[in-house]
Amino acid sequence: MALLEVRDLDMVFGGVHAVQNLSFSVRPGTIHSVIGPNGAGKTTLFNMITGLYKPTRGAIYLGGDAVTAKPPHELARKGMSRTFQNLQICFNMSALDNVMVGSHLRLNQRLMPAMLRLPKLKKADSACREQAAELMKFVGVGQYVKADASQMPYGALKRLEIARALAAKPKLLLLDEPAAGLNNTETKEIDELIQKVAHSGVTVVLVEHDMKLVMGISDHILVLDYGKKLAEGTAEEIRRNPDVIVAYLGGA
Amino acid sequence: MLVTAAVILALPLFLPNPFYYDVVIRIGMNAIMVVGLNLLIGYAGQISLGHAGFLALGAYASGILTGRYGWPPIAAMAAGMAGVGILAYVLARPILKLKGHYLAMATLGMGIIIFIVLTQESQWTGGPDGMSVPAFSLLGRELSGEKNWYWVTGALLMLALWLALNVIDSPVGRALRALHGSEVAAQVAGVDTSHFKVLVFVLSAVIASATGSLMAHYIGFITPTVSSFFHSIELVTMVVVGGMASIFGSVVGAAILTMLPQLLSGFEGFELVAFGAILMLTMIFMPRGLVPTLAAKLRRA
Ligand SMILES: Nc1ncnc2c1ncn2[C@@H]1O[C@H](COP(=O)(O)OP(=O)(O)O)[C@@H](O)[C@H]1O
Ligand SMILES: [Mg+2]
Repeated sequence: MALLEVRDLDMVFGGVHAVQNLSFSVRPGTIHSVIGPNGAGKTTLFNMITGLYKPTRGAIYLGGDAVTAKPPHELARKGMSRTFQNLQICFNMSALDNVMVGSHLRLNQRLMPAMLRLPKLKKADSACREQAAELMKFVGVGQYVKADASQMPYGALKRLEIARALAAKPKLLLLDEPAAGLNNTETKEIDELIQKVAHSGVTVVLVEHDMKLVMGISDHILVLDYGKKLAEGTAEEIRRNPDVIVAYLGGA
Repeated sequence: MLVTAAVILALPLFLPNPFYYDVVIRIGMNAIMVVGLNLLIGYAGQISLGHAGFLALGAYASGILTGRYGWPPIAAMAAGMAGVGILAYVLARPILKLKGHYLAMATLGMGIIIFIVLTQESQWTGGPDGMSVPAFSLLGRELSGEKNWYWVTGALLMLALWLALNVIDSPVGRALRALHGSEVAAQVAGVDTSHFKVLVFVLSAVIASATGSLMAHYIGFITPTVSSFFHSIELVTMVVVGGMASIFGSVVGAAILTMLPQLLSGFEGFELVAFGAILMLTMIFMPRGLVPTLAAKLRRA
């Protein structure tokens, strides 16, 4: 069964039809990429899947359950997690605390135990803090464990977001242009990181412009153009698809 | 925390007369209120320009229930906190959907309504002339004298600081700071942001109500001006001057702005000017507030 299924999805903003009649499904344990030129509707699609936008029409299923337009925090509870194309970092917090926000649902979130500093909560919190530090090392920003988020460079913040997303121990991870703005070395490191994450059993949906990265790691690719599905298939199939060659790769 | 405890313990050695005790007690009470307000404004990033209203409701709950109905002060205080908590909960849902200026305006309106109600319902509140409030007593023992009030206020301030620091250093505190830093990031990480906004709004309102009850008993007289817009602004200024998202900043902010009128007592009418000037200078030169700015300087040095 598909882990994520999107059926006849539409999103209209005033006059802009950002996503049109889109259906696809993501098998568990795969890396599923979504590509398309700027403005194709990729981020809008992510925003609908993660509950930030309410689709104009259509339905979204996670593990077989209808989750259309459920609030983001409920979707997080069901194992969904994501990063943002335009960084969403809490600059009023330390790097480590940013990652720990990701473990919110795994800790007791009630006020009374917090206020009274109950030892059980403190213990769970410290354990989470250690795991968060481990995660920062895992994504390659271990040197910033003691830093404030505001002291970190752009490339490191992109990884910090991945660490935060992983702290939730998600089943499904959506990455919106994780390599954007990174140099070649950094992009290669992100490539390896995504593969490591996928190997650990997390299903990944990836939006990315770097074709080398996408073609190399994707099990399945969905091509969007003006909000519509242009093509779908393995990297090899996409490379050979005449529509894609004309519309997206510019005949190259 | 230890520093504050030491200051509270050592201060009586340096206080020459009851007048100074009075100032310090008022600082302590304001600090308790401002610690709660800082959780809302500084940590969770939600402005309120109406919190003096909650303070006043607590004060009047104590005044009316003890004065007219003979309730024990502690029961009146608890009833005030419960009532204000419920009111804040009901108001918070619609109000905290708003952001920025809209939230500021809505909370301002809330404070004004409370002020009008307290002024108009004179059969209960004594109207603009105010009402007197019986002394605080517990188990038949009356709390009186500056020294006793000093120790009670000091102990309650320490309690408030301890509770607030615990909250901040917990998943709840992180959720509050995260919804301030990036609401969408907090949401997709699983934080029910509207729940936490309501939670911190109610918490700060309940603390305000408790402080109001204390002040009412301590001063022995209350008027609707406690709930005035100006008082709300004064409280927010304490948060801002001391430092947003700084618990000890709240104490410092409360101290500075409570002492201000005393320091300027020779210059009648000058208070407001000095007050405005302090707010402006803080925003321009130390937008993060006194304590965070100094802490950053020290760390760099
Ligand atoms: N919140 C919004 N309000 C209005 N229009 C939007 C909004 N979000 C996206 N759009 C529009 O939807 C289209 C798709 O944008 P987006 O999903 O960001 O594309 P992509 O991520 O593929 O570059 C664009 O035309 C964009 O201007
Ligand atoms: Mg995009």
